[in-house]
Amino acid sequence: MAASSCPASAHGCAEKYQKLDEILQEYKGVQGGLIPVLHQAQLLFGYLPHDVLVRIAEELDLPLSEIYGVSSFYSFFSLKPRGKYTVSVCMGTACYVKGAPALLEKIKETLQVEDGETTKDGLFTLDTTRCVGACGLAPVLTIGDDVYGRVTPDKVPEIFERYRQE
Amino acid sequence: MKLYRAHVLICGGAGCISSGCHAVKEEFIRELQANGLQDEIQLIETGCVGSCDLGPIVIVYPEGVFYQHVTPEDVQEIVNEHLLKGRYVKRKMHRHPSSGEPVVSSREMDFFRHQTRIALRNVGLINPESIEEYIARDGYFALGKVLNEMTPEEVIQVIKESGLRGRGGAGFPTGLKWEFTRKAGGADERTEKYVVCNADEGDPGAFMDRSILEGDPHSIIEAMAIAAYAIGAGQGYIYVRAEYPLAVARMKQAIAKAREYGLLGQNIMGTGFSFDLEIRVGAGAFVCGEETALIASIEGKRGEPRMKPPFPATSGLWGKPTLINNVETFANIPVIILKGAQWFSRIGTEKSKGTKVFAIAGKINTTGLVEVPMGTTLRKIIFELGGGIPNGKKFKAAQTGGPSGGCLTEKHLDTPVDYESLQAAGSMMGSGGLIVMDEDTCMVDVARFFLEFTQDESCGKCVPCRIGTKHMLEILTRITEGKGEEGDLETLEELAKVIASSSLCGLGQSAPNPVLSTLRNFRDEYEAHIKEKRCPAGVCTALKRYEIIPEQCKGCGLCARVCPVQAISGVRKEPYLIDQEICSKCGLCLSKCPFGAIVVK
Ligand SMILES: Cc1cc2nc3c(=O)[nH]c(=O)nc-3n(C[C@H](O)[C@H](O)[C@H](O)COP(=O)(O)O)c2cc1C
Ligand code: SF4
Ligand code: SF4
Ligand code: FES
Ligand code: FES
Repeated sequence: MAASSCPASAHGCAEKYQKLDEILQEYKGVQGGLIPVLHQAQLLFGYLPHDVLVRIAEELDLPLSEIYGVSSFYSFFSLKPRGKYTVSVCMGTACYVKGAPALLEKIKETLQVEDGETTKDGLFTLDTTRCVGACGLAPVLTIGDDVYGRVTPDKVPEIFERYRQE
Repeated sequence: MKLYRAHVLICGGAGCISSGCHAVKEEFIRELQANGLQDEIQLIETGCVGSCDLGPIVIVYPEGVFYQHVTPEDVQEIVNEHLLKGRYVKRKMHRHPSSGEPVVSSREMDFFRHQTRIALRNVGLINPESIEEYIARDGYFALGKVLNEMTPEEVIQVIKESGLRGRGGAGFPTGLKWEFTRKAGGADERTEKYVVCNADEGDPGAFMDRSILEGDPHSIIEAMAIAAYAIGAGQGYIYVRAEYPLAVARMKQAIAKAREYGLLGQNIMGTGFSFDLEIRVGAGAFVCGEETALIASIEGKRGEPRMKPPFPATSGLWGKPTLINNVETFANIPVIILKGAQWFSRIGTEKSKGTKVFAIAGKINTTGLVEVPMGTTLRKIIFELGGGIPNGKKFKAAQTGGPSGGCLTEKHLDTPVDYESLQAAGSMMGSGGLIVMDEDTCMVDVARFFLEFTQDESCGKCVPCRIGTKHMLEILTRITEGKGEEGDLETLEELAKVIASSSLCGLGQSAPNPVLSTLRNFRDEYEAHIKEKRCPAGVCTALKRYEIIPEQCKGCGLCARVCPVQAISGVRKEPYLIDQEICSKCGLCLSKCPFGAIVVK
């Protein structure tokens, strides 16, 4: 996967920038619109490239330092490219007492990455999260939009295989 | 409205979705069609029923037969037997834990029988995407009553008299907060004011707010409109955490529907009152659940708390008077308006009125959401509603109040649970997360877990919170690694005092609580780690000892073959031995021994 910074001129990026401009038009003048804009920009680009933040700063008329200040404060925003799927292991209390640490270890071993890293093939970025609200099914793992409950370490390889096939 | 002879409710809560309820629903649609039943039997996808680990869940009314762990393969039988012939499919029904007999109605299940559902009154019963179903259950009647028959002052009076207190953690009297916000800025109708719903639900292990947003979104819209009328606000915000995409989608849909029905927007119900709502999605910062940080986040800034006073009631969003309440607090409002303050205040204890929703999780038979009157004992919640501890293990502790709270032990089991009693027991109500721990849980490890959480989530503004928690975490980590030293516990207590007294917001102030509370209740466990280098619960990896019981070892040698570091040696047919110096505590040998001769200590 070409993990570029998606400059405004790059092939395939122009369309995304056009979308971004539409989003910016919508939020111009909306009080506190920065965070919703960052959410939508991340959805569009997969992360928040420098050039995108520059464009947001210009359009919303905010200092770039403030944009960086805000996007680095929130763990949901990523300033680095991410894999196709974000893998989140829930480290909330319910999951922790039901064996999430062992699950995390197994996933690290299966994907050969540490927490916060992306696999070499660009498919998965491994993260931990604090409770996705499915505590009754602890331990919980999410891959993209899919939620897996009661995951035991031995089920891990099979689960990831499904995504590799796609 | 069509009349149906039966209703099939399929739980479409987050838990059941991940257990595969949508495939079950598809199959029901197909089977009902195939049998020409679509006009006789109504299929409804509801919000979380509460007992998520029994999912996918299907409840068939009028009887209320509770089918659990339903798969698409079971559907045909349920349709053919139950819906066509009136014969229950016993093998999929919930069974009474002691007698083993199938329970006919979900209303008789221990999990539901002891509940009093006010905040959760509609959750799991109605289709959250249907405003009509909400209205059919008295939805928006309270708003109508308030707008047509009551003055704002009268509304506030009712809420005050009900005794309702905030369900978001601190337990502040709700009516009083409404009154402050109304009076702020001189009760001048033209002062801009805001209503905010705190749906950040940060306590990891609690999911009641999520279930209300997803299962009964209109109750929050209605309550916020009532609050707006009472305090004189025209605009509201719902701040939902990013981890709850389904809640965001359901809320959005509900807001659009309410606008369409003239229940939000200009001139609501033709009364001249106008109010609208916007959703703001969080971005993964726990501290944003703190009200001043939440306000900063809605304003588009870094979510850092600020000094109080001024309280949001006088200076909140964009410096304007702002009422901020938790989801569950709001969910109680319409019912209080309709049934009256006296009705509500008869439920609960002297100082804690009404009910509380608890999310029971951890080492418990039935995990899930339960709503019980304030004052219910922990024993009842854990052993009757939750069905006790699995695998015959012993109850050890229950954590309430999340990372800001503390643990309750055996001796607290018969204490009636309310704001005051939990505080007296060294914990707190918090948002209602209740994590049950059994004898296999190491309390030092749990304390370390919570501290890791708060240290990770500290916004960094205050030095004691940022550096102090880090220092405490280092000490705790050392202890769990068997490197604890004499004097560590005293240092922890010292640090705890400093952090609690000199941090700006509740996160820092309460961060030491889990450590202090486990130190108070389980000091011997800490000491075992430090002095004997032993983890009594057998959790801390570095302190584990894998040993072979000579009497049980048949000398088969299987363990020696799997050991990756050749720590096991011996001669065939004679007891083998593990060299503790070499053993890397990987645990591989444990499950390999066919005679159960290997134990962890
Ligand atoms: C660190 C921290 C996190 C908090 N998280 C939440 C939360 O997730 N949800 C919530 O409703 N209140 C949370 N609170 C409490 C809020 O600051 C506030 O008291 C509450 O939303 C008021 O609503 P209530 O009176 O209806 O309880 C938190 C407080 C602190 C100090
Ligand atoms: S106590 Fe901690 S979380 Fe709260 S403001 Fe200070 S540094 Fe931030
Ligand atoms: S725990 Fe692992 S390293 Fe230790 S003896 Fe057993 S197999 Fe070997
Ligand atoms: S603690 Fe893991 S989903 Fe809630
Ligand atoms: S999601 Fe179905 S019971 Fe909770």
